[in-house]
Amino acid sequence: MGKMARKAKAEDPLLAPLLHPGWGYNLVVVILAALVAWGIYSWAGQLRQGLAVTGMRDQVFWGLYISTFIFFVSISLTGTFLSAVLRVTGNTWQVPVTRLAEVITGAALLGAAAMIVVDMGRPDRLLNVFIYGRIQSPLIWDVIAITSYLVGSLIYLYLPLIPDIALCRDRLGQVVSPARRKLYTLLALGWQDTPAQRERLEKAIGAMTVTIIPVAVSVHSVTAWIYAMTIRPGWNSTILAPYFVASAFLSGVAMVIIFMSVYRRAFHLENYITPLQYSKLGWLLLGLTLAYAYFSFAELLPGAYKLEEHEVGLLSLLFTGGQAMLFWFSIFGGIVIPVALMCWPKTRNVAGLTIASILIIVTMWIKKSYLLVVPTLQVPLMPFFTLGQYSPTLAEWTITIAGIAGFILVVLLFFRFFPVITVWEVTETSGDSGREFQFSLRA
Amino acid sequence: MPTSRRGFLRGLGMAGLGLAVSPLLARLGGPATEALAASEKKKLTRQWVRVVDLKKCDGCEGRKTGPACTEVCRSTYHPLEGQEWIKVSRVEGEGGSSYWMPFPCMHCENAPCVNVCPVGASYHNENGLVLIDHRRCIGCRLCMAACPYQRRYFNWKEAEPPKNVFAEYSPEYPVPPIKGTVAKCVFCAHFLEIGMPTMCTGACPRGALYFGDKERDVITNTREVLSLSKTLAENNAFRYKEELGTEPRVYYLPGHGQESGREARG
Repeated sequence: MGKMARKAKAEDPLLAPLLHPGWGYNLVVVILAALVAWGIYSWAGQLRQGLAVTGMRDQVFWGLYISTFIFFVSISLTGTFLSAVLRVTGNTWQVPVTRLAEVITGAALLGAAAMIVVDMGRPDRLLNVFIYGRIQSPLIWDVIAITSYLVGSLIYLYLPLIPDIALCRDRLGQVVSPARRKLYTLLALGWQDTPAQRERLEKAIGAMTVTIIPVAVSVHSVTAWIYAMTIRPGWNSTILAPYFVASAFLSGVAMVIIFMSVYRRAFHLENYITPLQYSKLGWLLLGLTLAYAYFSFAELLPGAYKLEEHEVGLLSLLFTGGQAMLFWFSIFGGIVIPVALMCWPKTRNVAGLTIASILIIVTMWIKKSYLLVVPTLQVPLMPFFTLGQYSPTLAEWTITIAGIAGFILVVLLFFRFFPVITVWEVTETSGDSGREFQFSLRA
Repeated sequence: MPTSRRGFLRGLGMAGLGLAVSPLLARLGGPATEALAASEKKKLTRQWVRVVDLKKCDGCEGRKTGPACTEVCRSTYHPLEGQEWIKVSRVEGEGGSSYWMPFPCMHCENAPCVNVCPVGASYHNENGLVLIDHRRCIGCRLCMAACPYQRRYFNWKEAEPPKNVFAEYSPEYPVPPIKGTVAKCVFCAHFLEIGMPTMCTGACPRGALYFGDKERDVITNTREVLSLSKTLAENNAFRYKEELGTEPRVYYLPGHGQESGREARG
């Protein structure tokens, strides 16, 4: 088979979902859009009546919204990790899933911004953040870090997309609507795959690779510092920033594994997302889970040893009090079981890894987001308060679910128009008749 | 054309950078509040402080409508149900004792709430008081997280329109409460300006709540005028959670209401 022929064959299954994604895809999109619409309806009610429609009150004044904000920020690390860190370290196996990771990053950052806006008492004054922003406030650090990261990630997503957009322009230009053809032509920037263009593209990608890593680390550190700059049990800690970075790596990788399993199955990408990717990501996930377990231990031990009054209040709430169920579920479901699934040879396969990732994502939301925010605020700091109570209302749940649904929807809609696999890089790296894809999981 | 593409990419990068530093530029454009600028430039001419004499406070025990200070505060500022800008709390002491302790906003010198506010809505005024500009507050509630005294409340919904209003809304007289913003004790800044004592001081039936000016070393409970430094020194004054370094402007004189006839184990 000639090189050109092989290349053309490789492209077909990758471009097919752009034309006919199938009824299953359409159904999922409709369901997600309905969830988003319900959330927007609830938000309209919240705007009218105020945050009184939520379960938040003066003592526990942050809840699902802020928790989900932290969760979204956390998974946004994935794009940088998969495309930048692994690229800098000379890996190529991750190439088929880098675009997926980048799009998850962009969508998660949009989700994070949305959760902040729904949590604000006065979203109509959002621009005050830019007009009156004070650099002394950790919230402004976060605004700067997240906007920089969002812009950087979008550039980093766009650059490797250019050759593929040109491919869409050339291959799909005749079959898609004129508007979409124009979109492809516009975004392709006249890409003709000349050596000069290639060299320039590689240079730009290389520069972004190095730039994006410190920005990503700053995003997770600064988000942690919003909490660490306060005198509250559990937050008043120097470990919070590195802990956030470590857990962001973990939740990012887990999220990519979930999405790639879904896409692999739904769009028959078994030839591109192979056991090699699962094997490598599996080892990474295992290592990151263990690192996360270490950080969780290191976070809790000093407080549990010294027994300072408010720390005791927090720890007894987590270990044996009202939040104990969630806490122990997140320890067993988020660390013990996933590690077992990844270590036991019989479950060290695609299904096992996907289940481990789902468990990790769910418990990351519980432990690193919800249990980070709510129990700390429940602990009374003054003699006139007892343990604070919080139970989210229906409005709060629908808005939060709309945020998550919107995040998935953005990812799905993006890949309605652009190929999920980086076609030009994959056809390059898998040049030797896919020999690299023959790795066994247990190798 | 290769150069234009390069130019385009460079432009894209510059746009991203521009977006990223725009809050910085806004900050360079002018200080967060005029009051902040003023406090940086000149020495404070007044520093309002409170002294709470716990030997006098009996928590208004047995009073049907709750402590007099809390009640007058509520009827002046009309906060939402259950929000008490000055909260009188029973505190357990050693040996089975108890005492009553009124907690207003501490108006900290190193105020964590002012430090973390992203838009400068929480600020120090020229007399050292911590106030909130409710026309600027975005309702992020980071100040509530930062306050170690839990003395801030949120206006979760629209408040009932108050019947008695003394003046137009101002940060010194934040009436009516504005939905979606954070509220707290304002040290009756508006009333101090027109030469009146703070409402709670005037309402306290035992004269336990003193206020005064640290610069002039004077405090009063409207019945007597005392030297601040002498009172603090002679009565073993302390500040609540002083170890946190917030430099609160509320001093407590220890006691259990004995001057009001309250028993230590009451």
